[in-house]
Order: sequence, then C-alpha cells, then structure tokens
Amino acid sequence: MAGPGGGGSRWRFLGRRALQGIPTILLIVTFNFFLLRLAPGDPATVMAGEAGAATPEYMAQLRAQFGLDRPLALQYASYVWNILRLDFGYSFRYQESNLSLILGRMSATLLLMGASVLLSVGLGTLLGLIAAVRRNRIEAALILLATVLAYASPIFWLGLMFIVVFAIQLGWVPTSGMTTVGGPGGGMAHVLDVLHHLVLPAVTLSLFYMALYTRLMRASVLENLRMNYVVTARAKGVPPRRLVFRHVLRNAVLPIVTMAGVQIGGALGGSVVVESVFGWPGLGQLAFEALFARDLNLLLGILTLSSVVVVIANLLVDLVHSIIDPRVALA
Amino acid sequence: MRLPPALRRFLRQPAAVAGAVLLLLVIGLAASADLLYPEDPFEIVGRPYLPPLTGEFLLGTDTLGRDLAAGIVHGARVSLLIGTLAALVVTAIGILVGGAAGYVGGRVDTLLMRFTELFQTIPSFLFAIVLVAIMEPSLNALLIAIVVVSWAPLARLVRAEVAGLRSRDYVQSAIAIGMGDASVLARQILPNALPAILVAASVMVATAILFESGLSFLGLGDPNVMSWGLMIGAGRSAIRTAWWMAGIPGIAILLTVLSINLVGDGLNEALNPRAAGRA
Repeated sequence: MAGPGGGGSRWRFLGRRALQGIPTILLIVTFNFFLLRLAPGDPATVMAGEAGAATPEYMAQLRAQFGLDRPLALQYASYVWNILRLDFGYSFRYQESNLSLILGRMSATLLLMGASVLLSVGLGTLLGLIAAVRRNRIEAALILLATVLAYASPIFWLGLMFIVVFAIQLGWVPTSGMTTVGGPGGGMAHVLDVLHHLVLPAVTLSLFYMALYTRLMRASVLENLRMNYVVTARAKGVPPRRLVFRHVLRNAVLPIVTMAGVQIGGALGGSVVVESVFGWPGLGQLAFEALFARDLNLLLGILTLSSVVVVIANLLVDLVHSIIDPRVALA
Repeated sequence: MRLPPALRRFLRQPAAVAGAVLLLLVIGLAASADLLYPEDPFEIVGRPYLPPLTGEFLLGTDTLGRDLAAGIVHGARVSLLIGTLAALVVTAIGILVGGAAGYVGGRVDTLLMRFTELFQTIPSFLFAIVLVAIMEPSLNALLIAIVVVSWAPLARLVRAEVAGLRSRDYVQSAIAIGMGDASVLARQILPNALPAILVAASVMVATAILFESGLSFLGLGDPNVMSWGLMIGAGRSAIRTAWWMAGIPGIAILLTVLSINLVGDGLNEALNPRAAGRA
C-alpha cells in the first residue's frame, strides 16, 4: 500500500474518525443524564436501586456526590466529570463499584461477541460466495432457504431449541454457564472447557448476521462477476478458481466489512437475551440483574461503556476497511 | 381485467404469494381471536402439561393449565399491533428527519445525521431495555422503546433517497419554475422515494415483532397482555420435559416474521424491478 496517499493518510483518516467518536460518547453521556431524570421518583432513590435496602447515610452521600440539591447545570457538570474520571458509581446490591462490576463481566461478553462475529463473517462470506458461484444448483437453493429461516427466527427461541436438541437430547454440549462447576482447574483443560460451553451461545448469536452476510455476499459477488475487470480477466485466460479468490473476493467483501461495524452494536444487544438463555456470565446477564434490582445507575453505566465498545469497534472496522480498500482513507 | 404492473410483478413470484397468504392467515386469526377463544387466555382451563392434540386442546396446555392455542391466537394480536404501529411511527419519523436532512442539506443535514448516528451507536436492545425499565411495563412503553431505538436506519434511508432525487433535473426544474418546497417534497420527491420507503417499512414490521418478543421474553412486556414472547418465557422453565410450550409460540413468531419478510422481498421486486434485478 505504498505510493501517494499510503500509510500517512490512513492514520490521518483514523485519527479523524477517532476524534468524531468523542462527541458521540459525550452526547451519549448527556443522554443518560436526562434518562436518569426521566425516571419516576427522586434520582437518589433511582440511583441507589432497591430503594429499601439503601441506608439514609448512603442516600445522603449519593445526594452530595451528585449534587442533587444544586442547579441542573451543575448536576450535569458533576455527572459528566464523574464519568470522565471513570466513576460510574457504586452498586449497593453487589457492594462493589459499578466500573469493576462492568469490567469484570466485559471479558465474557467480548469473548462471546468476538466468536460470533468471526463465525458470522467467516461462514457468511463463504456461504454467500458458494450461493453466487453455484447459483443454479441445489446448494444455492438450500443456502438461501436457510438464510430466510435464520432471518425470521427470534434468537432467544433458537437458543432454547438448540438447548433442547444439542444439550438435552444429544448431550453434546452443556446446557448453560461458562465453565463446569468443580471442573478442570487451569491451563489447556480450562480453555477447552470454556470453548465447549461457548459453542452453542456463539452459534445462536451468529446465525442472524450470518444470514445477512450470506445475502449481502451473494449479491455483491453476482454484481462483481458482471463487471468489466472480471470480463477482462476471463478473456485473458485467468482460471475460474483464481479469478474468484484473487479478484472477486477482495472487492465483493467490502459491503460485509461495512456491515460488520453495525453488527457489533447489534450483537452486544443480542447478547443480553443469549446470555440470559445460556446463563453466560457477561454484561448482558449483569444488565438483566441490574434491571430487576432496578439499579438504573449500573444499567446506564453498562449502556455507556457498551457504546464506547461500539465506537472502538467501528474504528477497528475503519482500519480493516482502509487496508482492504485504500481509497476510503482518501475520501 | 388488467392488473396494475406492480401487482402483476408481485403475483408472479411464488414465494411472495405464499408469504402474503400466510400473513393473511395470521391477520385472520388475530382478528377472530375473540370468536375462536372468547375466554381470557390467562384463564386456567385444564390439566397442566398436556401435550398438543390431547382432547379439546389443539396445542396442549402450559405449566399452569392455560390453553396454548388461545394464547397463540390472542398473542397474534399483540405482535401484529406492535409491529404495525411501530413501523408506522418509525416511517413517519424517518420521513420527517430524513426528508428534512436530504432536502435542506448543508448544516441541517450534518446536524441531523450526527444525531441519527448517535442512535445507531448505542446498542439498540440494551437501550430498549433501559427505556422500558424507566417507564412502567406496558404496551405503550414497548412501543415507545422500539420506536426510539429503531427510527435511525430508516431516516438514513429516506435521506439518501431524497438527497439523490433532489439533484435530478426534473426536481430542479420544478424548483426553477417556482414550485414551493412543501409541494416539491410532497408531489415530486416523496412519490418517487415511496417504493424504497415502503419496502423498508415492511421490514420494520418484522423487526418490531422480533423486538417485542425479545422484550416480552425477558419479562419486560405488559404482564396483563398475552404475547408470544411472554409464552416462551413462561414455557422456558419446562423446557426439559415439555419443549412445545416454548417451541410452539416461537414457531408462530417465525412464521409471522417469515411471511412479512417474503412479502417485503416481493414488494421490493415488484416496486423497484431494476434495483432488485441488480441485487
């Protein structure tokens, strides 16, 4: 990727995108501040969660910390200041700071998300390619049928049915959790144990997007196959296999990379239901628990940090995009 | 009798016709829910854990002895109601925001698109959960939450369509001969953007139904209204011994969403034949 507008412009482009992410995050924090005020009742009670459990001293401390007796503008300033210092408050229920609670659960969710993004992008690209190259064969018809079904299935239900078939009936994988209780302690055995638990939730979370990528990829490959550069390459005698893998694949995969950025946000949301179905101890579970404890402050902390994850993921997607297609950095 | 060309193009696709028939069936079931099952679907009417096709219960009973078939038929109403209303409101907001951004352009466009981008950054399902948590659980809360988290992509689509059409010669000449902004938008631009908007709106109905079922499954729906998501959530505890309690309502969601998607694909093919042919 040498030549004019090579590496230097890519980093300038990424720097510009990163700077655009900052106001987005600030806006989300602002948004959360007003959401807290929208909730019925005294914000201190709302933030304490499970109002009855909080002591009067704790409530007074909360009021002082968030300056709830001061004007709204000052309250807002101190709210933003707290978030900027990564102070997301304290969870009375867990007796732990919200930040350490969230970070503690983040890795499980990132593992689940990462696995499902890889699965859906990898298999979706492959299936879409097959469906386009063999478009008049039975394989293509079966792939399209599968995408239509995956597209219409509620993922939480799909997860439950997978549990019935693969965990309860066939006994291939565990029904829930991330590790076997009292199972292998560490090292390779532990990794394999986690992977064993990961298979079903990751597949469940990936199916919808796999279907989306398959459709996108199929359309994109079909469009590319009609383009002049393909006709030229064919006329020059490039063998079909080489044509598809060297020429078409790289061009056709671009819309998928763009879409993958959108998927990160969707997968984070989808992980709430998937984690709840499979008892996967991640952020989604934590959000679910916070919800029923009415711990809004914790819930908003999860929402803010998840949005930060999305912004970062989008930056990574931009990076990948600018590597595959250097033109985007010049735009 | 000669049918309009778009309708003929729609009827020529077997998958779209199958989808339309299936969708009409679901609508028919929802409309006749009170005739078919006049009792409250929450009422306990038989022995619990009856498998499908036992005695008078076509789909069996749930863990409490409620008729699953009654739940399915009444649940169809909630799904279709939320799906249609959400799609209508989302389309209206999308046309307003996207239309303004695409037509006015410039700073208004930048500002509105930054705002939509914000909504596309926040993970939508988590956002919906927070919104429902702040409001009291009810059908209204579900509807508001679904609309707030899903209007952004439609606004983007409308903006792209409107901005594209605005630069066309016929629109420019309409402006040149002194046609007002409102009538240029309403008479020249929107009718031509409509096919794309209509297809997106039909997909929105399906998305909203999936969203509603997910929220209800987590127990965030209206506890007094029988819905498919609620039934799956209730049947979940019996999944080891009676998979059908969660299985059947899921099949209902699958078939409904599938029928809407097939109709949407058919509409796309019928209304945008050139664009659809390319894909």
